[in-house]
Amino acid sequence: MTEPVQATPTPIEALADKGPLEPPRSQWKDVWDQFRKHKGAMFGGGFLLFITLAVVLGPYLWQVDAQKLDIRNKDLRPIWTALWDSGAKTAWSRPFGTDQLGRDQLAQIIQGGRTSMAVGWAAMILSLIIGTTVGVMAGFVRKADGLLMRLTDLFLSLPILPLLLVAVTLFRQPLREAFGPEGGMFVLIVGIIAITSWMPTARIVRGDILALKEREFILAARSIGTTPFRIVQRHLLPNVLSPIMVSATLGLATAIITESALSFLGVGFPSDFPTWGKMLADAVQRMQQFPERVYLPGIAISLTVLSVNYLGDGLRDALDPRIRGR
Amino acid sequence: MLTFAVRRLVLAVPTLLFISFVIFMLLQLAPGDPMAQVPLTVPPEVKEKMRQALGVGEPPLVQYWKWLVQVFWIEPKVFIDYLTNSSTLLGWLPDTQLYQDELRVISWQTRSPVMDIVIQRIPQTLWVVGMAYVVGILIALPIGIYSAYRQYSVFDQSGTFITMIGFSIPPFFTGPLLIVIFSVQLGWFPSIYDTTHVVNDWASLKYQLQQMILPVMVLALQTTAQISRYMRASMLDNLNQDYVRTARAKGLSEAVVVTVHVLRNSMIPVITVIALNVPSIFGGAIITENVFKVNGIGQLLITALFANDLPMVMTLTFIFAVLIVLFNLIADILYGLLDPRIRYD
Repeated sequence: MTEPVQATPTPIEALADKGPLEPPRSQWKDVWDQFRKHKGAMFGGGFLLFITLAVVLGPYLWQVDAQKLDIRNKDLRPIWTALWDSGAKTAWSRPFGTDQLGRDQLAQIIQGGRTSMAVGWAAMILSLIIGTTVGVMAGFVRKADGLLMRLTDLFLSLPILPLLLVAVTLFRQPLREAFGPEGGMFVLIVGIIAITSWMPTARIVRGDILALKEREFILAARSIGTTPFRIVQRHLLPNVLSPIMVSATLGLATAIITESALSFLGVGFPSDFPTWGKMLADAVQRMQQFPERVYLPGIAISLTVLSVNYLGDGLRDALDPRIRGR
Repeated sequence: MLTFAVRRLVLAVPTLLFISFVIFMLLQLAPGDPMAQVPLTVPPEVKEKMRQALGVGEPPLVQYWKWLVQVFWIEPKVFIDYLTNSSTLLGWLPDTQLYQDELRVISWQTRSPVMDIVIQRIPQTLWVVGMAYVVGILIALPIGIYSAYRQYSVFDQSGTFITMIGFSIPPFFTGPLLIVIFSVQLGWFPSIYDTTHVVNDWASLKYQLQQMILPVMVLALQTTAQISRYMRASMLDNLNQDYVRTARAKGLSEAVVVTVHVLRNSMIPVITVIALNVPSIFGGAIITENVFKVNGIGQLLITALFANDLPMVMTLTFIFAVLIVLFNLIADILYGLLDPRIRYD
C-alpha cells in the first residue's frame, strides 16, 4: 500500500529558511558605502574638511596678524620661488610671501578663507531654509501653491547678477551704519545671495512633496490623527532630505563664487578686509611681477568649489536608491 | 499648443509689469543723488530745477508711469521710424514719422537716449559672448554624446573632470590666468579687446579673431561644462531604453542607433537648456567683459550702477527680464513642439 508517512517530514533543502545572514543595514550605512566608492567625492569631502579646519584653526596655528603692515618686508616672494630663482626676495618667516604693504599672504589666505567660507555656509543655509519652507508650503498647502509658485517663477525671471549689484550698491550704506562695516557687508551679501538662490530648492522640494503626500504612509499618519505640522516634520522632511542635501552642495559652491565675484567687481567687503575674491582682484594689477598673488587665492577658490561640486556629485549618486548597490 | 502660447504670452505681460515695478521701486531706494556732482556754488533753486529736468522731482508712481510710457510707447515709435526711414530691410516703406520729439529715456551720464547707447553696445556683446556660446555648444555636444556612449571610460572620466573644472574655476580667475599665459608669456593674443577696431580686410579680420579668442575661451569653458553635462545625462537616460535595443536588434549600425535614434530624443531637453541660457548672452558676461575690457552690455550696466545712472540701470535690467521671460516661453514651446508626448492643453 502506501508508505507510512513520517511524522515530521524532512524539510526540502531549497525551501529552508536560512535566517538572516547579516545584521540589518541602516539606510545611512548604505549611503555611506555607496559614497565611499565615489573617489572624487571622497577627495572632495576630504579637501572640504581640510580647508574648513584650516581656516577655522589656522589663526591659532599661524599667529600672524593678517592686517599688520610690515613695510620693510613688502613684496616678498613665496619661499618656493627660491628653488628656481636664487636672487628672489624670500623669507622663511613669510612662507607665502607678502603683498605690496607687507601683509603676510598666508595669514591673509586663512583670514580670507574664513570670510569666504562663512559667507558660503551662511548663505547656503539661509537659502535652504527659505527654499525648503516655500517648497513645503507650496506642496503641502494647496491654497498657497499657486501663489508661491508664481512667486518662484517671478524670482526665477529676475536677472540675478545685475540685481545683486544693484542691491549691493543700494543697501551698502544703511547696513554698514547698522552693523558696522564688516558685519553690515556680511549681512547684506549673505542675505542677497540667499534671496536670489532659493528657487531651485523650492521647486525640487515642492515636486517631491506633491508626490509624497499622496502616498499611503501619509494617509496612515493622517488617519491616526497626526497634526499637519507633525506630518511635515516627521514624515515629509526626512523623505526630501536627499534632494535638499544635493542642492545644498550646489548652493555652497555658487555662494562662494558669487561672493568672490562681488569682491572682484569691487562691491564686496571693505578694502582692508581680506577675502579670496578681493585678494585676487587686488593682485591682478601687478600680475606680471607677482603671479602667485593671483594664483594662490584663485586656486583656493577653485579647489574649494571643485571639491564641493565633487562632493555633491557623490552625494547625488549615494542618495539615489536606484543607483545605490550597483 | 497655440492657445498655450497665447495664454503664456498674455500672462507674461503682468509678470513683466510687476518685475519692472519691483525694480523701479528698488531703485527709488537708492541712496545716491544724481545732483552729487553738481558744484556747491549752484544755488538750491537752480538745483531744484535741474532735478525737475531730470524727472526726479515727481512722486515715484508718476515717475514710474512716465517711464512706462517712454519705454512702451515712445521708444517703439522711434524704432518704427528707424525701420521705415533708414534701415535696409524695410526702408522701402513710406517714412512713418511717428516720433514727434517727445522725451525718450535719457541716460543721466551721457544725456543721450538709453536705447541708442544700448544699440551701440550690443554688437560687441553679441560678437564675444554669442560666439563663445556657439563655440561652447559645438564643443560640448560631441563630448557629452561620446562620454555617455562610453560611460565610465577614460574619456568619460576625464571629460567629467574637465567639466567639473569648468564649473568650479570662476571667470575672474581663468581670465587673468589666460592673459598671463597667452598674452604676457607667449604674446600670441592681445589682452584687451579693442572695440574701435574696424574689420575691412583679411589682416583686420585676423586681428579681430585674435582679440576674440581669449574672452571666448573663458566663456566657452563654462558653457561647455554645463551643456556637456546635460547632454551626457540626457543620452544616458535614453541609451538604456527599450527602443534602442529594438533598433539594435533590427540590425541597424551603431552609428545610426546613436546619432539618429538616441541623439534625436536626447536633444529635446538639451535644446530647452540651450534656449534658457540665451538671455545670459544678451545680459553680457559682466565679469569677463570687465576683465578683457570689452565695452558690451555687462560693462555698460556696471558703469551705470557705479555712476548712479538710474534710467540706464532700470532700462537694462528690464530688458534682461524681458529676455528671460521670453526665452522661458520659447523653451516651453520648443519642448512641446519637439516632444509630441508633452501636451499643454
